[in-house]
Amino acid sequence: MLVSLLVVLLSACDGGLWNNPYPAADGGKSIFYTAFTERPKHLDPAQAYSENEYEFLAQIYAPPLQYHYLKRPYQLVPLAAAQMPTVRYLDKHHQPLPDTAPAEKIAFSVYEIHIKPNLRYQPHPAFARNASNPNAQGKPEYDHLTPHDLRDIHALSDFPHSGTRTVTAADYAYQIKRLAHPQLHLPIFGVMSEYIVGLKDYAAALQQAVKKNPGAFLDLNKYPLPGVQVVDEHTYRIEVYGKYPQFAYWLAMPFFAPMPVEAERFYAQDGMRERNLILDWWPVGSGPYYLSENNPNQRMVLTRNPYYDSETYPTAGEAGDATAGLLVDTGKSLPLIDQIVFTLEKETIPYWNKFLQGYYDASGISSDSFDQAVQVNVGGEATVTDAMRVQGITLSTAVATSTMYTGFNWLDATVGGSSERARKLRQAIAIAVDFEEFVSIFANGRGIAAQSPIPPGIFGYREGEAGINHYVYDWVDGAPKRKSIETAKRLLVEAGYPNGVDAQTRQPLVINLDTTASGVGDKSRLDWLRKQFDKINVQLVARSTDYNRFQDKIRKGDTQMFYFGWNADYPDPENFLFLLSGAQAKVSKGGENAANYSSPEYDKLFEQMKNMENSPARQAIIDRMLEIVRRDSPWLWGFHPKNYVLQHSWLSNVKANVMANNKLKYWRVDAKRRDALRRDWNQPARWPLWLGAVVVLLFGVWLWRVLRQREEAK
Amino acid sequence: MIAYLIRRILYSLPILVGVNLLTFALFFVVNTPDDMARMQLGIKRVTPDAIEKWKQQRGYDKPLLLNSAASGTDKITGTIFWQKSASMFVLDFGYSDDGRSIGREITTRMGPSLAIALPTFLIGLVAYVSFALLMTLFRATALDMAGVALCVLLMSVSGLFYIIGGQFVVSKLWHLVPISGYDGGMGGFKFVVLPIVIGVIGSVGSSSRWYRTIFLEEIGKDYVRTARAKGLSELAVLFRHVLKNAMIPILTGVVVIIPLLFMGSLLTESFFGIPGLGSYTIDAINAQDFSVVRAMVFLGSLLYIVGLILTDISYTIVDPRVRLS
Repeated sequence: MLVSLLVVLLSACDGGLWNNPYPAADGGKSIFYTAFTERPKHLDPAQAYSENEYEFLAQIYAPPLQYHYLKRPYQLVPLAAAQMPTVRYLDKHHQPLPDTAPAEKIAFSVYEIHIKPNLRYQPHPAFARNASNPNAQGKPEYDHLTPHDLRDIHALSDFPHSGTRTVTAADYAYQIKRLAHPQLHLPIFGVMSEYIVGLKDYAAALQQAVKKNPGAFLDLNKYPLPGVQVVDEHTYRIEVYGKYPQFAYWLAMPFFAPMPVEAERFYAQDGMRERNLILDWWPVGSGPYYLSENNPNQRMVLTRNPYYDSETYPTAGEAGDATAGLLVDTGKSLPLIDQIVFTLEKETIPYWNKFLQGYYDASGISSDSFDQAVQVNVGGEATVTDAMRVQGITLSTAVATSTMYTGFNWLDATVGGSSERARKLRQAIAIAVDFEEFVSIFANGRGIAAQSPIPPGIFGYREGEAGINHYVYDWVDGAPKRKSIETAKRLLVEAGYPNGVDAQTRQPLVINLDTTASGVGDKSRLDWLRKQFDKINVQLVARSTDYNRFQDKIRKGDTQMFYFGWNADYPDPENFLFLLSGAQAKVSKGGENAANYSSPEYDKLFEQMKNMENSPARQAIIDRMLEIVRRDSPWLWGFHPKNYVLQHSWLSNVKANVMANNKLKYWRVDAKRRDALRRDWNQPARWPLWLGAVVVLLFGVWLWRVLRQREEAK
Repeated sequence: MIAYLIRRILYSLPILVGVNLLTFALFFVVNTPDDMARMQLGIKRVTPDAIEKWKQQRGYDKPLLLNSAASGTDKITGTIFWQKSASMFVLDFGYSDDGRSIGREITTRMGPSLAIALPTFLIGLVAYVSFALLMTLFRATALDMAGVALCVLLMSVSGLFYIIGGQFVVSKLWHLVPISGYDGGMGGFKFVVLPIVIGVIGSVGSSSRWYRTIFLEEIGKDYVRTARAKGLSELAVLFRHVLKNAMIPILTGVVVIIPLLFMGSLLTESFFGIPGLGSYTIDAINAQDFSVVRAMVFLGSLLYIVGLILTDISYTIVDPRVRLS
């Protein structure tokens, strides 16, 4: 009763719906509500590299380039850059070469980037200028803070003043220098030091500088980096070794966003770190939003950067975008939403139910809710169920630029190596393991069986018969059909394992799968995989291990088979095909080729292909490379996952884009419609409160009477 | 009593060192510093140099327990164990492996944990004791039997069921409170009502049965018969005499957990989106963040010791015959 009373009282005070998790005052505002399931580890653009970190950073930072929101295949367009970077090629004597020069003659590529002149940073205390003190007028207000000054400061919003300034080319150069900072952990330093001229030596020089003055602020501007030159206030150049067309894709990532030196100085002051006031926690960007509230245990809020006025909604897209209403906001200033509220939801059930109540504007779909949300029609097309349609919920899908595969260790004596025996064994297993069934059972159909490492939407992927893996599939009636188990068994006989028994030793063939899967849900997956191997009478033993031991086994090559996945950094075939390059072998080179696959022919073609522009010639090389790896089968190609996103009717301009992380600026919310629908869907049921009150009252009266009777009887 | 307390505090020091040592050993049996570095740096494009650099900066490049390359006291102080443990005895928890202040994190997250745990504890205590007294009052009647059956039923249901069921019925069907979320101040009431109610209901079965057993044991004693012979009503007997005399066993189980209320509840906080300390340790174990794990285990041990000392003190308050010496 007390509880009921409390609820009534408090809800009455708020004036809104009883189950509304947001303040009633936020009704009608242009706010996008979403959730995050895992707190980001890093918000420093030099250190962040995970998808859940980019969900925030991509809205806050503005690197030179971005992916076009609407056009497909994915293409780069300027973001902070005024136009696409120009590239000049130089030979080893730094003499200019024509654009058509062969890649082996190009010793250096120089990317010249002009940034837009009117870009400004978010409001931040690091930019606040002293106005009150006549002796320090115009100087940074918060650059000599003492612990005493910080006694009441717990968040950035506690600083009374903030300011902004124009973004300059020097800020972009500064951030590139940060990629070699000895006190930061930079995930792409290894790759970038191979390309950006002088970056490796620069890191060593900075390391020495830190050793000389440990604890002192390291001013990177005092140390020139030969590969980066600031030409003028809005122009800078990056010099990379050789020809590296993929470098443009890196320029679309937060690693290459601008960083004002004031921000680093500001956060380096004594007492800041103890208050979690660090760049890794409070970003300073020039993008459409800034982080105005940061409590990653509860919620993180992005607010529109009042100084962001350099971008408008795209004027063109793909065919069909106009019909789908995706060009209604053409030419409008971005962002279209004022605030984005991310709430931490660790569990899928509350997340899903709040979405259905209208308290989240969009949602993914967990396996538990899949049947409630999605149905597949006769044509195999996924659509929302009637219950969702009644609520006006729509579905958008896109194949992720990812691949989930099962690798064979090339160094293993049984399943590895280029011998005909091992190859045929791998091909037989590839036929037997039915990934169409796997996707259907375990991913609710959200994926497509892979024909190679390259997913759809990436150059090199071929549709139709030309794109199928002829070692596993036949083209039947206009669709790929997995070869029969008899074919797999015949390959097994040819490999010397008739009926799953080694013809030489007379021992049954046993293959070990190393996996970190050990939960209840994983058991069914492993049982399914065992059944696939049973089809060809090969025994599969799943060796479950913890994450550390698994990684250790992979590093040492102490496995036979293992599950792995790869999420593309950029939409280029090189970013998938390098996973099978010998130069990337995990055991010998510590690279990303976890299967340790090695084929001199493939490696040679890879070297040829990796620096080429997309062209029929590049496609022809990719075709040859895919033929080699399909024949060798170092992986079971697995599947490419499909992303399913549901959104409410009040959310507009949503188009699936798996490469662009900064898409929230294009979205629009009809807050009035949302409020009206929320009211319809969430009217509280008061009768349980009354019923509870009556029951408690009746029980009290009964108890009182019984007690009185007992006392009287005594 | 002062001497007793000082002695208990001094006893606790070797316990804390032992707990710390055990945590250290268990953690590093499973995770090497290299593993920790890989976990923090991610699995994409991690180079051996990056791992070495990470270890060096976080102080994990030193020997674990004994630095044989060093001389004198450095053999002990130049180890991961010493450098990660010594400061905790002055409650300086340092920084997590992702660079954030652990002390600040704990103080920030303690409040929301307490906002759920303290009312659940207090309301629960009153509810369980009242329900147990009611069953004792109607002992050996149909009401008592029904109460015990209800307790057994409630004990048999998983805590997770109460949470999911409660969210489904109260929040999803009836729309009475938000399904999950949290807010500070008065606005936070609507978020904590359901977790508190579920927390109380979830323990009704076990706690009420336990208190009923205590009361039934007391009610058969001579002083109760004397009280009845004096003509006191049954209610007066129960509340004035039985409840008072049952306080020692009640306090034994209750006071010790009071300090631990700060640590929060993993399931409740996770499902209701409460930004408390409940999941901090588990998240740290999953992230192989030793700095947080050792800080939380240390804090847990410390609070448990404080709880035990408070229990001893509480005995002297409810029973004047008890003397701490």
